[in-house]
Amino acid sequence: MNWLTRVARPKLKGILSKRDTPDNLWHKCRSCGEMVFHRDLVAARNVCPSCDYHMRLSPKERFEAVFDGGEYDEIELPDVAQDPLKFRDEKKYTDKLKTARTKTEQKDAVLVAVGALRGIETVVSVQNFAFMGGSLGMAAGEAIIRGAEEAVARKAPYVVFAAAGGARMQEGILSLMQLPRTTIAVEMVKEAGLPYVVVLTDPTTGGVTASYAMLGDVHIAEPGALIGFAGPRVIEQTIREKLPEGFQRAEYLLDHGMVDMVVHRHDLRDTLARVINLLVKKNTWTVSTGAPVENAASEDGQAGITASDAGNLPARLDAGSTGPAEILPPNKSNTKSQMD
Amino acid sequence: MKPPYNAPSQPMRTYLDFEKPIAELEGQAEELRQKSHTLESEGQPIDVAEEIARLEGKAATLLSDTYQKLTPWQKTQVARHPARPHFSNYVDHLIEDFTPLAGDRNFANDQAILGGLGRFNGRSVVVIGHEKGSDTQSRVIHNFGMARPEGYRKAVRLMSLAERFDLPVITLVDTAGAYPGIGAEERGQAEAIARSTDVCLRLGVPIISIVIGEGGSGGALALAAANRVFMLEHSIYAVISPEGCASILWPGSDGAKTQDAATAMKITAQDLENLKIIDGIITEPIGGAHRDPDTIMADMGATIERALKELEGKSPEILRQERRAKFLAIGREGLG
Ligand SMILES: [Zn+2]
Repeated sequence: MNWLTRVARPKLKGILSKRDTPDNLWHKCRSCGEMVFHRDLVAARNVCPSCDYHMRLSPKERFEAVFDGGEYDEIELPDVAQDPLKFRDEKKYTDKLKTARTKTEQKDAVLVAVGALRGIETVVSVQNFAFMGGSLGMAAGEAIIRGAEEAVARKAPYVVFAAAGGARMQEGILSLMQLPRTTIAVEMVKEAGLPYVVVLTDPTTGGVTASYAMLGDVHIAEPGALIGFAGPRVIEQTIREKLPEGFQRAEYLLDHGMVDMVVHRHDLRDTLARVINLLVKKNTWTVSTGAPVENAASEDGQAGITASDAGNLPARLDAGSTGPAEILPPNKSNTKSQMD
Repeated sequence: MKPPYNAPSQPMRTYLDFEKPIAELEGQAEELRQKSHTLESEGQPIDVAEEIARLEGKAATLLSDTYQKLTPWQKTQVARHPARPHFSNYVDHLIEDFTPLAGDRNFANDQAILGGLGRFNGRSVVVIGHEKGSDTQSRVIHNFGMARPEGYRKAVRLMSLAERFDLPVITLVDTAGAYPGIGAEERGQAEAIARSTDVCLRLGVPIISIVIGEGGSGGALALAAANRVFMLEHSIYAVISPEGCASILWPGSDGAKTQDAATAMKITAQDLENLKIIDGIITEPIGGAHRDPDTIMADMGATIERALKELEGKSPEILRQERRAKFLAIGREGLG
């Protein structure tokens, strides 16, 4: 179908089967040092079961974690000029790209997919830190723009999972130009009246934060994520001081008003769904008929509305609810999820 | 009449490393002139005019040759030259009735970004730019042109004012980058830059940017998402400083790779014109803008006037659309 499935898939299978040896069935948590069984880690979406440390996730793992039933369609991304500056340091840039592609089986740092999030069609872009530090080059910039265009065309909310160490230096000024370009992408989504939600993951620093990652309608950060414009090392070198504990971490940004919430990865899908729901399904309020409202539990075990609430409040249906369809505004009822 | 340009208070001409041979010739000519003055006052006049002319001619040729083939790293040094005209010099010379406006109405008045109302060739405009300062004291006041969030928020405030009164915006870019400090991060440096870029891009009035010295990364771009972007001939515009790039890509190289990084990143006005990122280059006097400030001011004024003439009368929607189209086209065409 796309570049990956055509080229990289067979190769990867070989690597995976080799990797599946007892030595690699355990991962050491970078934070607490605990050995975690591989399968448990995958089930916990790479959150350490003993200390809650949020390890990095690949875009595919993100898509699976976010979309209803883990189902989505990847959106084909435009090709960009390869190595326009003919850049080389110790290695040629084209060789670095090759290595990153083999390692991640991605063409560049950002993947885009569309799928249902609690029944609401949503476009999601995910930046992969494993691909040259998630750096924002022309391909990543085009991917963010492509995602925005797709969201506008489908009248769908746009969610971006940001993760980057900074600019793609090998693309020089063309990398910097992705700041205004992705900012335009955000403007297009907002002008279309669609929600634009940013999830800041570890780490999100540099130019990415000075553009689309800080222009969300709602900012959600994962616990402990490093988020900032200047990297901690640069700041330390400039001010010649040690940085305070927790500086530029998600919780610090929450305290300083830069993000709306810090959300545990296991609650992320629910939170995203709820925020988007509140922003797009503006008319699910209805006068209570006195009929009992079912406890609309999602597959994640999160309750939408409880029967006791229904007694004194007008019944409010969340998108995952199995409540009577006639209460939903007629124009929205068709987006109700079958996957939840 | 506009006041003449006041050169920054440099007791002696500052020469860059690569200008040493020029410095020597100019020094010899000056020494000879001094000596002849002394001898004349002692009643022993000697004719040195010819020799001085010879030395000065040689210096001029060498200067011209050198500046015709500056390397990217040399251009970086010229762009950072302490005597290079800065924001305030251009404003003094090009803007009448300049009325500086201060503060972000929230936290502080960041002096690394200055701005205000004024009149350019008769029309009211909003002018905004980084100011590096010209001596030790003013450099500290202006934080060497490295803005904190309040600087960008002041810029946003002034751009919004321009929009409300339908005034064109002129920005002059000259910064090593946004200031990397604890307070700056605490108060949302990234958000401030993103918002400023966003406001530039959404302006319903013409905005023209000129990189007059250093265009350092996001801190520069925040004022330069414009309908027209120009660079002075020896200015630079980069995603990271050559020093920063070298330290990341060649760790431990300890400055030895800075020149390579400057070249590899393609940071010169000429590079950016080739990459179709800027709309034009403003030629500098031989030896750089600081050697003949009046000329560079006049040329810059003419460039701004031409650009404004092209943009005036366009509807807010067209101005926005054209600006967007211009930035979206970057990298899509003409890179081979
Ligand atoms: Zn742990």
